[in-house]
Amino acid sequence: MNEIIFTLNGKTVSCPFEPTRRLLDVLRQDFNLIGVKEGCGEGECGACSILLDHNVVNSCILPLGNVHGKDIMTIEGFKTTKRFKVIEQAFIEMGAVQCGFCTPGMVMSTESLLHHNPHPTDQEIKIALSGNLCRCTGYNMIIDAVKKASIVGDGLW
Amino acid sequence: MSDISKSIPKLDAASKIAGEALYVSDISMPGMLYAKTVRSTIVKGKILSIEKPSLPEGYFIIDRQDIPSRNVVKIIFEDMPYFATDHIEHYGEPILLMVGPHLDMMDELIKKIKIEYAEATPLFDFKDSVVHYEYAKGDPKSVFERASQIIEMTYETGYQEQAYIEPQGMLAYPEVSGKMTFIGSIQCPYYVKNAVIHALGCSEDQVRVIQATVGGAFGGKEEFPSLMACQLAVAVQKAQKPIKLIYEREEDMEVTTKRHPSKISLKASVDEFGNVQGIIAQVSLDGGAYVGLSSVVLSRAMIAASGAYTFHHLSVQGDVYRTNNVPTGAFRGFGAPQMFFAIEMFMNHIAKATHQDPFAFRMRHLARQGDQTSTSGKFRDPIILEDLIQIATQKAKYHQKAKAFSLTDQYKGIGMSFFLHGCGFTGSGESTHIKATVRLHKLISDKVEIQVAAVDMGQGLKTTLPKLVAKILEIPIHQVIFESPDTDVVPDSGPTVASRTTMIVGGLLARAAKELKGVWQSGIDQVITKRYEQPSYIEWDEATMKGDAYPAYSWGVNIVEVEVDRLTMQVKVKNVVSAYDVGKAIDEQIIRGQADGGITQGIAYGYLEKMVSQKGRIRQKNMTDYLIPTSVDIPKMETILIDNPYPLGPYGAKGAGELTLVGGAPAVCLAIEMAIKRHITKIPATPEYLMELINHE
Repeated sequence: MNEIIFTLNGKTVSCPFEPTRRLLDVLRQDFNLIGVKEGCGEGECGACSILLDHNVVNSCILPLGNVHGKDIMTIEGFKTTKRFKVIEQAFIEMGAVQCGFCTPGMVMSTESLLHHNPHPTDQEIKIALSGNLCRCTGYNMIIDAVKKASIVGDGLW
Repeated sequence: MSDISKSIPKLDAASKIAGEALYVSDISMPGMLYAKTVRSTIVKGKILSIEKPSLPEGYFIIDRQDIPSRNVVKIIFEDMPYFATDHIEHYGEPILLMVGPHLDMMDELIKKIKIEYAEATPLFDFKDSVVHYEYAKGDPKSVFERASQIIEMTYETGYQEQAYIEPQGMLAYPEVSGKMTFIGSIQCPYYVKNAVIHALGCSEDQVRVIQATVGGAFGGKEEFPSLMACQLAVAVQKAQKPIKLIYEREEDMEVTTKRHPSKISLKASVDEFGNVQGIIAQVSLDGGAYVGLSSVVLSRAMIAASGAYTFHHLSVQGDVYRTNNVPTGAFRGFGAPQMFFAIEMFMNHIAKATHQDPFAFRMRHLARQGDQTSTSGKFRDPIILEDLIQIATQKAKYHQKAKAFSLTDQYKGIGMSFFLHGCGFTGSGESTHIKATVRLHKLISDKVEIQVAAVDMGQGLKTTLPKLVAKILEIPIHQVIFESPDTDVVPDSGPTVASRTTMIVGGLLARAAKELKGVWQSGIDQVITKRYEQPSYIEWDEATMKGDAYPAYSWGVNIVEVEVDRLTMQVKVKNVVSAYDVGKAIDEQIIRGQADGGITQGIAYGYLEKMVSQKGRIRQKNMTDYLIPTSVDIPKMETILIDNPYPLGPYGAKGAGELTLVGGAPAVCLAIEMAIKRHITKIPATPEYLMELINHE
C-alpha cells in the first residue's frame, strides 16, 4: 500500500502513506481545513473534533493510518448541510458562541449526538458535549442551543 | 425606541460556527517559517555555555546576541528579558528561538543544542519583597486597642491557569517598506506595538500590530504576547521572512503567566455589639521570577480589602515577592478574586467566632451610598446591593436551605458571596497611563467605521460597540463597521482589560456618535475623535493610595449550592443563582454569557482548578492534569440583572467581565463549609484538603 484513501467531506481523497501522521495535521496542512482547531494536542479539549463514520473523534490523536477506507466529515463539509443550518441558527440564537475556538468542535459533537439521538435529554446533551471544553460560556447556552436545534430540526436527524 | 439591552444576534457568531474565522494559527504566508522556543531546564543558575549545531540553509537560531536594542519586555515593571541573560531565574525561561521551514527538522536541531548550566539555590518562599504598598483609613491602631475581641485568620489561594482553548500565538513578517507587522492572539495591540518599539529601538511607524481572532484570553493575552512579539521581532530582522510562533498546550501551561498565588492575613477588631470596627490586612503575592505587572495586581487586591462592606478603620499592607517560580500575571479579576475569597470567608468566620448569624452580621456591614471606600474615596452612586441580595436569596431559597443544611448532617451546603468590582484602571491609570483615544470615521458611503484598539476575545465587543454606535446614530447596525484593530488604522484606545472597554471606550464612542449625529452630512467623509478626560471630582494619590480608586463600581451576589460526597469528598455544584448591577447591559444575552462563563471560572477557582509549582516547576501541564469544568460539572445557572445606570457610562453601562468571576470562589467555599461544618481557609478546596479538614478534628 503506498497511499491512504478515505472519504473527506463527501469526496474520495488520497494521501501519501504516512500512517502515523496526526489526522489533524493532514486536514489542516494538506487540505487547508482550518475549521479543525488544535487546542491541546492530546485528545482532551475537543477543538479538533471531526466525524469518523458519524462518530465524533479527536483528530489530534487519530493516526492517518486509521482512516483508510473510512468516511471523514469536518465542519467544512458539514456546513453545507441543512442540519448545520439548524445548529448554526440555534447556536446564534441561544448565545452559544463567545471566542469561538471550541465552536466548530461543539457543532460536530452536536451533529454526532443528534444523529444517534435526535431528542436528547439535558443530561444526554451534557454527556455528549463533555469531551468538548469551553472556557468562555459555562456551557449553559451551548446546551440550550443543542436542545433548540433538536426541537427546530425535528425530522432532520 | 427599543431598550438597548434587548439582545441581537452576535455579529461574529456565524463565521466562528462555520470554522471560517481566522485565528493566528490558521494564517499562513508564502515562505513562512516556524519558530520554537528553547527553554532553560533549570530553575536558577548561570548559563555556562551553549553549543549550537551547524544549521542547514534556511534555519536560524536567534538569541540575546541578536538583540539590536533592549533585552527587556516593556510591561509596567521592566525586568523581564525576552531572551535569558546569563542568569536563569525560572524553569522554562526562553533562551533562544529555533527558526526554520520544517518543524520536524527544527526538533532534530534542537536536540543537538547543548546548554551547560551552573545551578544555584532557588527561592520559593515569600522573602524577597520587590513591591511593598500600604494604606490606611481612619485610626486602626486605636480601635484595635479598644477591641472587645480580636479575630485573626490567614487565607491562601493557589495558581489559576487561564486555559483559553486557543494557545498563545503570534505571526510576524517584514513588509516591503521595511515595516514589521505582527498578527497575534492578543488583548492589547498597543502593548505589543510599544514593546516591539522598545525592544528594537525603532520608530513608531516601523511597527504595525493586527489582532487575529482571539480564542479566549482572560488576561492571559494581556502582557504575555509582548514577550513573543519581541522575540519574533528580532527573529524577523535576522531571517527577513514571515515567522509563526504557536505554543503547544504543555508549553503554554508550563511557562505563561497565571493568577498569583497569595497568602492573606486578616485581623478584625470587634466591639461589644459584635460589629467590626477595623481590619488589618497583609497581602502577599507570588510574583514569580519577574515582577511585570504584579504591582498593579497587588494594588487591586489591597483595595478590595474591605470587600463589599464598609469598615471605618483599615490598615492594609501588601507585598509582591520575587521567587524562582514562573512569572505570574494578569487573569480576569486581577488580584480581586484572591481578596474576595479571603474577606468573604473571614466575615463568615468572624460571625461564627462571635456567635452571630452570619447573614445578619454581613448585612449590617454592607457598603452604602455615601460611605467612604477602603481608600477613603466616596461611593457616589446608588448602591443597590441589598436589592440584589433580596432577589437572589428569594430565587435560590437561600434562607430556607441555609437553615435546613446547617442543622442537618446531609453534606449539603449553600453559600453566598457579596462583591464589587472597580471598573477601569486602578487609580489615575486611565488619565495618566492610558489616555484613551477613539475615532469614528464616517465614509462617503455613509457607513461608519469604529476605530478603537479594543479586542473582541469572545466577550462580544464586535456586537456591543457597533450596537451602541448604531443606536445613537439611529442607523442600521450593518451600516457600522468594526474590524479587528490594526494599529496602522486605529488610535490607542487602551488595552482590552480591567472591565474598562464598554464603560470607557464605549463611553467615548457614545460621545463621538452623539457629536457625529449632530454634524452628520450624507455622502461626506467625516471623522470624530474623542479623548478620555477624567471626571474632575476623581482624586487619587498614588503614594498614599488615598482617594477614588475607580470611577465606578459594579456589584454582585452569587449563591452556590453544593453536595459533598461523604466518602470521596467530591464536590458537586447543584445550583447557581447570581444577581448583578452592571449599570446597564448593552446586550442582555452577552452579559448573561459573561456571567455564566465568569462564575464558572470563579467557582472552579474555589474548588476544582489545582495547579502547583513544585521546586519551580508547574506540575499540571495539560488539560488532563489541570481540570477545568466540563459540561457535566456545571448546573443550570440563573442570572438576574438589575439596572442601575452610571451617568458617565454609555446608556449607563459599567464594567461586567471580571465582576462575574470574583464572587465564585467564596460562594462555593461557604457552601462547602456548611456541608462539612469545617472552616475553609485555602483554595482550591479539593477533596484531599476537605478530607484533611475532616480527619484532623
